[in-house]
Amino acid sequence: MYKNFIKYLIAVLFLFGFSINANAEFKVGFVYVGPTGDHGWTYQHDEGRKAVEAAGIKTTYVESVPEGADAERVIRQLAQSGHDLIFTTSFGYMDPTNKVAKDFPNVKFEHATGYKREHSNVSTYSARFYEGRTLLGHMAGKMTKTNVIGYIASFPIPEVIRGINAMTLAAQKVNPNIKTKIVWVFTWYDPGKESEAAQALIDQGADIIMQHTDSTAPVQVAEKAGVWSFGQASDMQRFAPKSILTSIIDDWAPYYVERSIAARDGTWKQQDTWHGLNEGMVAMAPYNSAMGSGLVNEVKQLQKDLASGKVHSFTGPIYDQKGNLLVAEGNVADDAMLAGMSVYVKGVEGDIPK
Amino acid sequence: MIKIEKRSEAPNSIYFLTPVLAIFLTLITGALIFFILGFKPLEALKFFFITPISDLYGLSELLIKATPLCLIAIGLSFCFKSNNWNIGAEGQLTFGGIVGGGVALLFYNHEGFYVLPLIILAGAIGGMVFALIPAILKVYFNTNEILVSLMLVYVSKLLLDYLVVGPWSNPEGFNFPETRQFSDSARLPILFEGLRIHAGIFIALISVLLAWIVFYKTYLGFQIKVSGLSLKTAKYAGYKGKTMILLVFMVSGACAGLAGVGEITGPIGQLHRMISPDYGFTAIIVAFLGRLNPIGIVFASLIVALTYLGAETAQIFLQVPKYTGQVFQGMILFFLLASDFLIFFKIKFLGFKKYEY
Repeated sequence: MYKNFIKYLIAVLFLFGFSINANAEFKVGFVYVGPTGDHGWTYQHDEGRKAVEAAGIKTTYVESVPEGADAERVIRQLAQSGHDLIFTTSFGYMDPTNKVAKDFPNVKFEHATGYKREHSNVSTYSARFYEGRTLLGHMAGKMTKTNVIGYIASFPIPEVIRGINAMTLAAQKVNPNIKTKIVWVFTWYDPGKESEAAQALIDQGADIIMQHTDSTAPVQVAEKAGVWSFGQASDMQRFAPKSILTSIIDDWAPYYVERSIAARDGTWKQQDTWHGLNEGMVAMAPYNSAMGSGLVNEVKQLQKDLASGKVHSFTGPIYDQKGNLLVAEGNVADDAMLAGMSVYVKGVEGDIPK
Repeated sequence: MIKIEKRSEAPNSIYFLTPVLAIFLTLITGALIFFILGFKPLEALKFFFITPISDLYGLSELLIKATPLCLIAIGLSFCFKSNNWNIGAEGQLTFGGIVGGGVALLFYNHEGFYVLPLIILAGAIGGMVFALIPAILKVYFNTNEILVSLMLVYVSKLLLDYLVVGPWSNPEGFNFPETRQFSDSARLPILFEGLRIHAGIFIALISVLLAWIVFYKTYLGFQIKVSGLSLKTAKYAGYKGKTMILLVFMVSGACAGLAGVGEITGPIGQLHRMISPDYGFTAIIVAFLGRLNPIGIVFASLIVALTYLGAETAQIFLQVPKYTGQVFQGMILFFLLASDFLIFFKIKFLGFKKYEY
């Protein structure tokens, strides 16, 4: 009797649950780690979402989803409520994404910046931000007077270390005397910490500030202090009009539109995407004319060459801090090496936090 | 005319009616806010408060979210009842998680029935020790426990950051700020196949029961209550004030520590930087919404948990900004504190007689 009651209760609850989910329209869901107004990482993903919407596909998003126990619920809820393709846009969503993907084989999942694709309905994608860093390095090497480049770094993961190395190598090429000073802030978004770090670097003599964090605080500090800076993730020019030389822009829109249309039309396949300047996933904001037209043209040419593959960010010879050869003369680093990069190249000061 | 008079004594029922009134006012104001934002108020409220728990999965998620809130709030009620302002439950949770997680990592390639109890015990002790710091400083050096416990939150969070980035990070994890996954015997068992609800809920329920017994059936509970109402009376009665301060902080810290290990051995399964979305702070709202009463805290934790789920659902279905969840939490607390006015004052309706001066 009691058992039967429970059975009926479950049946009724399920019917009720599914009745709100019955929806045939093709929908794409997005999970964001920050608020859409962060003017950095999440803001750019949301710009990508708007492009999908503009292409006539219905989208939904959930912002500020913590990377802990909550992520799985949000992803599952999107899957359950009739979303056919779900973009999870932060590294910390990797395991939850794969877990939910297992239970929803008909829903497609796209996880940004991760490396696990445990089920055939999970793809991963990221951008070759390091190509943008190479351009920043070139400009930094030419523009610095103190030969000290300040770099605000988030976490010592390969992506961040790759950016530091790409920038340093490019700067050394045009100015062998430069030094890269790094402050690790262990956060992706904390305007307070980021501005303290920027100030600390300026105090140590850096006259170029760049950051692998998402807020606009570092460029604002640089503007005040009268040193050069670079925007990150989105065009931050309006936050520091004099100081910013350019910004690396994450442009997810073409990828999101392409994958959404593929999923809608049934041509979506699992893949691991790593796009750069060539495909437009990494783009550069307008260059500051304060650099002088000569340097601007140089950088524009370098941008073209990186896109075409004529120049590679990691061309040998490359040595690590201790002087060990990483990439031999004439060779370029392959993707496997880039993906697992965990040592600094020569010219970077300090140790990677361990 | 309306006249406001100070009450000499409030009827018992009002302590339970004011939270209900607060929730009711929150719903009305919420509907108004939704209306101003351009949503259909009833539809928005439905997506906020009903849709998230309209299936078994949603109910299970509600309980997962409510479990740490309830557990921490129960612990906090020991402190708050006795006039000890432990604001650092978030830190005690984190430290409990660190100690428990450390034990879990020690056994990452062991399987055995003893692993999980060890982790849970370690987590409780971790939280307890961490809560003892503000308690001891208060008792022996007369420091302000609010500041000390609050500042220790940052200490424990930075310690966790350091550990998951450095010495405890997963050796195969490309330096990503997280530890290895715990072994299966380090995980709280899942109660139902396909749902995430785990055995941690029993820890919370036991704590509710124990708290109820202590508060209403023991001399200790009476002492805690008296100290809260009047420290001087407690002193005259000869209660050992110092011991009690240490004790309530230990209970509070242990509960927060248990909530911490409940998260990492439950839904998360490893240590990383985000083991708690500020449960320790939200639990303060829960404790007061529940009137520092164990049963009240159970209901309060469910309601506050629902505001989290509701914010997600409302954003998915209606694109309501996610922060409305926090607005709702704030409103509930605001209306509760405001309606406390009714406890201390009574409103008399005198009709429309002419006032005599």
